[in-house]
Amino acid sequence: MLFLIEKIESGRIFPMNEISKNIVIIGNGISGVTCARNIRKRDQKVPITIISGETAHFFSRTALMYIYMGHMKYEHTKPYADDFWKKNGLRLHQAWVSSVDFANKRLVFQNGEEMGYGQLILATGSIPNKFGWPGENLEGVQGLYSYPDLLSMEKHTQSISRAVVVGGGLIGIEMVEMLCSRNIPVTFIVREKGFWDNVLPDEEANLVSRHIREHHVDLRMETELAAILDDGKGRVKGVQLANGEIIDCGFVGLTVGVSPNISVFKGTELETSRGILVDETFQTNIPDVYAIGDCAEFKIPPGPDRKNIEQVWYTGRMHGETLAFNLMNKNQVSYQPGIWFNSAKFFDIEYQTYGHVPPKLREGDWTFYWEDSSGKIALRLLFNQQDQLLGINAFGWRMRHAFFDRAITEGWEADKVVSRLHQASFNPEFYKDLHKLLIVAYNKEKGKSIRVPKRSFIQKLIGSRA
Amino acid sequence: MKFLQNTGLTLFVIGLVIFTVIPLLGTWKLESSMVAENTKEMHREVMVEILDPMYDKTYHSHFAFISDFYSHFNAYNDSLKAEEKWDQVIWDDYAFPLTKRASVGPVPSSPLLFLFLSIGLAVLGGLLYILPLYRNETAGIKNDGIYFSSMKARGWLGIVTGTYLIGFYIILYWYPEYLTNLVIMVDPLSQFLSGGPASQWFLYGLVYTLAILVMGIRMFRKYRGNSYQTIRTVSVMFFQLSFAFLIPEILVLFNMPWHDFKNIWPLDYSFFYEYRLEGMLNSGALGMFMLVWGILLIIIGVPIFTYFYGKRWYCSWVCGCGGLAETLGDPYRQLSDKSLKSWKIERYLVHGVLVFAVVMTGVTLANYFMEFGLLGEATNQLHSIYGFAIGSAFAGVIGTGFYPFMGNRVWCRFGCPLAAYLGIVQRFKSRFRITTNGGQCISCGNCSTYCEMGIDVRWYAQRGQNIVRSSCVGCGVCSAVCPRGVLKLENGEESGRINDMPIIIGNNSINLKS
Ligand SMILES: Cc1cc2nc3c(=O)[nH]c(=O)nc-3n(C[C@H](O)[C@H](O)[C@H](O)COP(=O)(O)OP(=O)(O)OC[C@H]3O[C@@H](n4cnc5c(N)ncnc54)[C@H](O)[C@@H]3O)c2cc1C
Ligand code: SF4
Repeated sequence: MLFLIEKIESGRIFPMNEISKNIVIIGNGISGVTCARNIRKRDQKVPITIISGETAHFFSRTALMYIYMGHMKYEHTKPYADDFWKKNGLRLHQAWVSSVDFANKRLVFQNGEEMGYGQLILATGSIPNKFGWPGENLEGVQGLYSYPDLLSMEKHTQSISRAVVVGGGLIGIEMVEMLCSRNIPVTFIVREKGFWDNVLPDEEANLVSRHIREHHVDLRMETELAAILDDGKGRVKGVQLANGEIIDCGFVGLTVGVSPNISVFKGTELETSRGILVDETFQTNIPDVYAIGDCAEFKIPPGPDRKNIEQVWYTGRMHGETLAFNLMNKNQVSYQPGIWFNSAKFFDIEYQTYGHVPPKLREGDWTFYWEDSSGKIALRLLFNQQDQLLGINAFGWRMRHAFFDRAITEGWEADKVVSRLHQASFNPEFYKDLHKLLIVAYNKEKGKSIRVPKRSFIQKLIGSRA
Repeated sequence: MKFLQNTGLTLFVIGLVIFTVIPLLGTWKLESSMVAENTKEMHREVMVEILDPMYDKTYHSHFAFISDFYSHFNAYNDSLKAEEKWDQVIWDDYAFPLTKRASVGPVPSSPLLFLFLSIGLAVLGGLLYILPLYRNETAGIKNDGIYFSSMKARGWLGIVTGTYLIGFYIILYWYPEYLTNLVIMVDPLSQFLSGGPASQWFLYGLVYTLAILVMGIRMFRKYRGNSYQTIRTVSVMFFQLSFAFLIPEILVLFNMPWHDFKNIWPLDYSFFYEYRLEGMLNSGALGMFMLVWGILLIIIGVPIFTYFYGKRWYCSWVCGCGGLAETLGDPYRQLSDKSLKSWKIERYLVHGVLVFAVVMTGVTLANYFMEFGLLGEATNQLHSIYGFAIGSAFAGVIGTGFYPFMGNRVWCRFGCPLAAYLGIVQRFKSRFRITTNGGQCISCGNCSTYCEMGIDVRWYAQRGQNIVRSSCVGCGVCSAVCPRGVLKLENGEESGRINDMPIIIGNNSINLKS
């Protein structure tokens, strides 16, 4: 009987023939949900079920910090209202999948229930890394990835006199900012010489480091964690650094990267390496099984300068869009991401990047870096030997995505980019005309005489962008 | 700094408490000469007579005084009504001027002292609290802890504040005789500005203006580093102080009708009322200018400015209601409802009010030109319904009193007929939009949360679509709070402004239309 009928959240029972078509998605993050939405747009009828153990509804993981900081409540982080799912015929099922029987196309849940599928999409995201430090499983030691992590952080940071955050990446600095918002003194331990210097060139890394210190964070570069200390009752009481120094603290945030969340599939016929191995159409080695988002690992990177595993929001979305297209269309396309882009915020300084700017300048490439006198605004332009724009890093200066998508695709030369920066700026109205300052600096450094574009009185009056 | 701020808070609360008890201070004693002085000639004799039992009695509370007044006054009117002598019934409100005149005690004898102890202390305390805000902090978004705040997240402080505001508005609009001591206290200021005594509206205007100025300074602190917010706030402070407060009083000083040059029909719903038209027509060249300027604003100013800048030029740069919402109301902006349902209600309500205002004005003008035909009765009826339900209850009591419950733009969003008119232009013929920056949105929800108009900004941003909505007042806060630089308010070419089927940049595999 169990093989003929299925029980789902609403208590509805699906006949067997529906199961064979049923598209089941494990993971209600950006990749899984985008895929589901886009399938639904193309096919009103196909049954779609989205499973997740973490929360009943899709929420924005990137906004977790704002809940802790009191900018928003959990419900504000849900991109779609709760009635959206029903309206669009997307079944939600909150439960943890404990194993998958790929041969019989069945999922087994932690509570013993089972569910069949026609096609299975794995979008299980990531889990925070741990490196086997002594004491890393103590109470008050954690990473930040999931909503339960956030609740745990809330619980464990009540009335503590210091927190330590280990690992200088994007989630690390978010955690530091969160703790600062509650006036908890923070020691920020970073192993590298420059902040996030596996991504940022030195100048940018310095700019961010200065700003972190400006927020009264005890930032320790080139410092390594040796052990986390037990207070005797299973709770953290401090950390010991590699140089022997001990820092007392009531909470330790471990933010040393994330890895694909694939433990459920280990030891099955599903081919995995660090992530679930997929080809350029997100197909795994098993027919009707696909993987997208953080948990997927491309056998061949999707483009030059792209990684095998893409762990950002935007790529998760694009994976979902592309897979949905393929599932609903006879002619398959392969995943072809366009010009890379990403963004983040370091306390008050926004960062945007377009194209590829490696931390170390490559042979033949050249770069122009400009920093405002405030030390909080900067722009780096990277060109190749043929003077074609490869990428930019912008700090404290919002830039128009469409502009740089085009400039990089078309390989604009430096003079052209610099003289048109006023069109690229996406800062709010009445902000300082940064492009003027940059042009002056560029002319001086490169011995050029690019003129600052003039706007007519009328253009100024009507606030026209051209 | 904490000490200064705490002192500030204490002073503010003391000022507020004194403000609240001032109406109760002193005694009330009526004399026949006072009645004679404060009544119209046609009523003088009767009024002096019917209030006779009150003379030379000392009342120890204004409640007793006012209730005695009404018992005599109503008895007289009721008997006339019973005899159907409608033309002799006294419709004028004499409770307010007589209570004001009859007040004796500390407030009338030293009004300026009480002005200082109440409004003065509140302003001083407010500034002491506000000026050190975010000192030694870097410029940036200051939204930490908003959802833990009792004041800003519908906790008990918010509920108390909202209730106080609602109570204040109800008394101000319908029972102003209970506020007379407060009005007495601002009399000297009114005398100074306009040469005449203060009314409850002068008191209200003063408090309103000070609220915008003090909380405007808070905006400078809170949004430090954001030029758009700073300049916009300077603008609403300027328009409130000059156009809405000082200039009208100075006009009165020169025997001109009280007139706010930046108030536009149909928000200024009485613009075409007979007494206003007469007032303007009888005031020479300046009066004529008021009339022509007002009409030009309606038929040319609104469409042209809105075409170039969107409705923000008015709603968040000039308007007084908007000015209060953007300053005093800023701490509550996150409380607006973002559901689809409230959007639906909003569209029915706000356009409904616009239709009501247009019809009412049409009837009023028809009546004006036909010189009191059958329409006279209907006009009066419509005026009193509109004045009560929309002008007072909606715009005042709900509009401001509900800040701590439903956000700071309840009136602007659900009720303001001018906003509806501006919105129609903005939606269909304008260069203004909020541009979405390609594929950069991470769906975090800050923009939607802090939209005071209840627009689900994220819905558009995450699908790469520009935000073109009739209700957007262009406050710019979505753009300010967005951590990824996704939103930009701008005026630009009309082509490409509305992109219903956006393509999110970044995925070259497919041309995906959301
Ligand atoms: C704090 C934080 C901040 C971030 N900020 C940014 C940012 O600013 N910009 C950016 O580009 N990226 C950011 N990221 C990364 C980004 O959020 C992720 O890349 C993205 O959310 C991954 O989406 P996904 O759909 O692949 O997986 P996820 O969002 O992780 O979703 C996976 C879901 O699958 C569920 N699941 C997993 N296993 C099972 C199982 N066995 N049974 C049932 N359910 C299961 C999980 O519960 C989870 O809900 C941030 C991440 C974090 C943690
Ligand atoms: S605040 Fe910015 S990133 Fe967040 S949902 Fe809005 S547009 Fe997207």
